[in-house]
Amino acid sequence: MSKIRVLVGTKKGAFVLSSDGKRKKWDVSGPHFAGWEIYHVKGSPVDPNRIYASQTSGWFGQIIQRSDDGGKTWTPPGSNPEDLKSPEGFPKGESNKFVYEGNVGTHKWYDGTQHPWEFKRIWHLEPSLTDPDVVYGGAEDAAIFKTVDGGKTWKEFPGLRAAKGSLWQPGAGGMAVHTILLDKNNANRIFVAISAAGAFRSEDGGQTWKPINKGLKSQFELPDPDAEVGHCVHRIAMHPSRPNVLFMQKHWDVLRTDNSGDLWQDVGGNLPSDFGFPIDVHAHEPNTVYVVPIKSDSDHYPPDGKLRVCRSRSGGNEWELLTKGLPQKDCYVNVLRDAMCVDSLEPCGIYFGTTGGQVYGSADSGDTWEPIVRDLPPVYSVEVQTLA
Amino acid sequence: MRVVLPYHLKNLARIEGELELDVPSPATVGGVLDALEARFPVLRGTVRDHGTMKRRPFIRFFACKEDMSLEPPETPLPEEVVSGKEPFLIIGAMAGG
Repeated sequence: MSKIRVLVGTKKGAFVLSSDGKRKKWDVSGPHFAGWEIYHVKGSPVDPNRIYASQTSGWFGQIIQRSDDGGKTWTPPGSNPEDLKSPEGFPKGESNKFVYEGNVGTHKWYDGTQHPWEFKRIWHLEPSLTDPDVVYGGAEDAAIFKTVDGGKTWKEFPGLRAAKGSLWQPGAGGMAVHTILLDKNNANRIFVAISAAGAFRSEDGGQTWKPINKGLKSQFELPDPDAEVGHCVHRIAMHPSRPNVLFMQKHWDVLRTDNSGDLWQDVGGNLPSDFGFPIDVHAHEPNTVYVVPIKSDSDHYPPDGKLRVCRSRSGGNEWELLTKGLPQKDCYVNVLRDAMCVDSLEPCGIYFGTTGGQVYGSADSGDTWEPIVRDLPPVYSVEVQTLA
Repeated sequence: MRVVLPYHLKNLARIEGELELDVPSPATVGGVLDALEARFPVLRGTVRDHGTMKRRPFIRFFACKEDMSLEPPETPLPEEVVSGKEPFLIIGAMAGG
């Protein structure tokens, strides 16, 4: 029988939730890296035992951790004694070295002046679809890095910052590459999304980038609502079988493109609120999309204190409220952008984590929900691995 | 020389208790950090930034009840620290309410 492993990053460590294919009984392990902020944990689609984690701290900076045994043990890449040794026999790892390439350059600052790029942390790790040693890292301040040696060393693609980066300006949540989507049919095509900058596409493996924000309207956030860059894209999602179709949860608005981002159209339809953070696509139904409505950017909690997942089976516009098993009163948590995911079992499983420390799961495509664990630290990210 | 790391860096370097480091003479603040990172390269970037080699904002250096955090890297360490009588403390600054 298949097994499920849910990888949870929280404000105070990482947790691994394990179950069989029924997804009824769960084992919880952790905290791993206790006390550290874990922005993201994600496994390689090629080798499920290979898992990467972004461990970060306002005190001690950025650490990349890697597990080669499915999350049982972890090591900063390059610090395995059998891997690399300093002359004294101690770890030599430089997995935490993220340095911008070439001229660091500047972006727009809050006071309108230009401000140099400063590396703060890795928000998102996107393992390659074909090579367990290749991973893309999305950084704050916004940049994309790549490792080809399993996380031992990282190199930036400065072409992303060349895509009008001088006009990007951090929002209240920072300015980070938080979404990286890879196209299984085209290894050279990469999509990224950056809060307060927009969505971008590369057709040459990350060397050069083009803003893909036409159709986005940000009348409450930007002086020019149709600006080429500056839109606060919260998340984009793709079904692997249909890489030209993307769904977007923007600061406000839920949108869809059918031409790889050349033009977006609003598909918010009857959503109770089209503000929110995560968006994801059903594993087997490319037109079934999930979002979690949040009341507003001022409140950052669900409308009416009701935690509801919204599902569209028509690729947007028509949405149904999924509430069974979710709190329908006095609920004031948020669901962050990297904190929702789907497994590939039949029926499809959906998982999301909250800033209140709950991780909810549905084993029936969202029809019913159960809490897997209730009292974790605030959840930053949720990823799932479907294991044979 | 005796060096004390904060809890999270001890865990990262997989050490317990105090650390004994050989620091070239004349021992300085920068020399301690060079020796620390040479022996535990996994700590590179956690005390000083990569590239700029500046002390991270919420890291402090204490020695003989003095705060040496703002001293230049070439500042000599007190004799009590060099001799091992007193430890060199690397501290994660307090935070919270």
